[in-house]
Amino acid sequence: MKINWFKYASPTAFYPVAGRLVPVFGVAALALMLFALYWGFFETPERLGGTNPQKEYYRIIFIHVPAAWMSMWLYLVLAAWSAVGLVFNTRLSFMMANAVAPTGAIFTFLALWTGAFWGRPSWGTYWDWDPRLTSELILFFLYIGFMALHSAIDDNRRADQAAALLAIVGLVMLPIIYWSINCPDPNNCAALHQRSSVTDIESNILTAMLVMTLGFWLYSFAAAFARLRNIILLREQDSAWVRKMVDEAGAGPSSSPPPGAGAADGLDAGGHRASRGVSV
Amino acid sequence: MQGLIDFLSQGGYAFYVWSAFGMTFALLVAEVVVLRRSRRTILQRVGRLARLRTQNVPPGEPS
Amino acid sequence: MKARQKRLMFVGVAVVGVGIAASLALTALNSNIAYFFSPSQVQAGEHPTDAVFRVGGLVVEDTLKRQEDGLTVHFDVTDNAEIVNVSYTGILPDLFGEGQGVVAKGRIGTDGVFYADQVLAKHDESYMPPEVEDTLQTAHAKGVVETSTESMPAASMPATGQTVTQ
Repeated sequence: MKINWFKYASPTAFYPVAGRLVPVFGVAALALMLFALYWGFFETPERLGGTNPQKEYYRIIFIHVPAAWMSMWLYLVLAAWSAVGLVFNTRLSFMMANAVAPTGAIFTFLALWTGAFWGRPSWGTYWDWDPRLTSELILFFLYIGFMALHSAIDDNRRADQAAALLAIVGLVMLPIIYWSINCPDPNNCAALHQRSSVTDIESNILTAMLVMTLGFWLYSFAAAFARLRNIILLREQDSAWVRKMVDEAGAGPSSSPPPGAGAADGLDAGGHRASRGVSV
Repeated sequence: MQGLIDFLSQGGYAFYVWSAFGMTFALLVAEVVVLRRSRRTILQRVGRLARLRTQNVPPGEPS
Repeated sequence: MKARQKRLMFVGVAVVGVGIAASLALTALNSNIAYFFSPSQVQAGEHPTDAVFRVGGLVVEDTLKRQEDGLTVHFDVTDNAEIVNVSYTGILPDLFGEGQGVVAKGRIGTDGVFYADQVLAKHDESYMPPEVEDTLQTAHAKGVVETSTESMPAASMPATGQTVTQ
């Protein structure tokens, strides 16, 4: 079976594809996250044992670790699309990078926030200038810098290229974050953050954590594709295909919402009254 | 009922647990709301342009 | 005019952001490398005498003493070579305990005692429930059953014991 992938490399062709994928990823993400929440709160021990007797607050791991993983993974995706855009000069790649950035920033913030509320009861502080915490904070600033730089330049093409360059330069942070917890002797280090472990972990804790990661991942797909559609519409609003699409949908007076229109749009798979004005 | 209270108190660490989970919930919901609202705004704008075009009102509109 | 102001603001934000990021990196380096000393380094006199610095290591077993006021504690920190006496007034973190890793921030007194104004606990990357852990320990102890090996105070034990579902 041969699929011509380049057919989907144009915003025009990918717009409806993304529109079909958003509800699929959105519903699957919601289901996985709910399952992970149930498993994390009801099927796991209330406290840990051994030399690591953490109490109920350890349950923050079920969102902290997935959010931290997503923050790094989404930055990798962001930088990869930026690089593809710079090399092949494809518009859709830059749009993908822009669509991923806010979601990545949200997960980076969540990793820091949930870490603070885990650190306070366990270590004794919300924040410390630990290498892992500091490098993750710099990653957050990189996301913010990417979005700020892009919106500071009016010309889309130049904004794309400048922000893409920043994203690629910022890639140096990923290995720094990754290795920031590898202190050879944990008891002779200023670093507070424990090393990562997926081996010395109880299976139920691991299940909830991994399912939540998958849920966050699918959520990121849904959010990024929904944002991608917005970006495509905004950038192509003067193009013939958007006009044709709008005309065919029947451009009614945008002040009065047509009832029941566009139930398949965006994230409103539940059929909420989501789309006013023109639905496409 | 007691089970619910026990669950909510999280062994006395309710503040930390629910602050972490609450912020996660709030931000993800906020992102979905913002995405849908901006989609609505963009479509309204595109629709307005289309309406102006069909009425042949603005001569200076870019094509 | 408005667009230019917006651009200027964003450029300003970017510059400030980069500046903050750079200073954060420097702060991190300073506080974690330059101002961290192991007990061996402290005993060798490598620490600053008039500045705040950090000491880290393990809390030596059976050295934790609480004063009458209930808030001031004394304990020894070791890197398995040398020992530093630490005095601290305040609330200890949940995971603080003998044999556990700590990082204390403070300054050293003329009496050689480290007066900490912050004590942080470290924990390892093990996420095992107590029951499984107990089984492993019992297995290690050649089948000898020790009664109540956990040092957990009875008051903090959950009323409903059933925690592990396996």
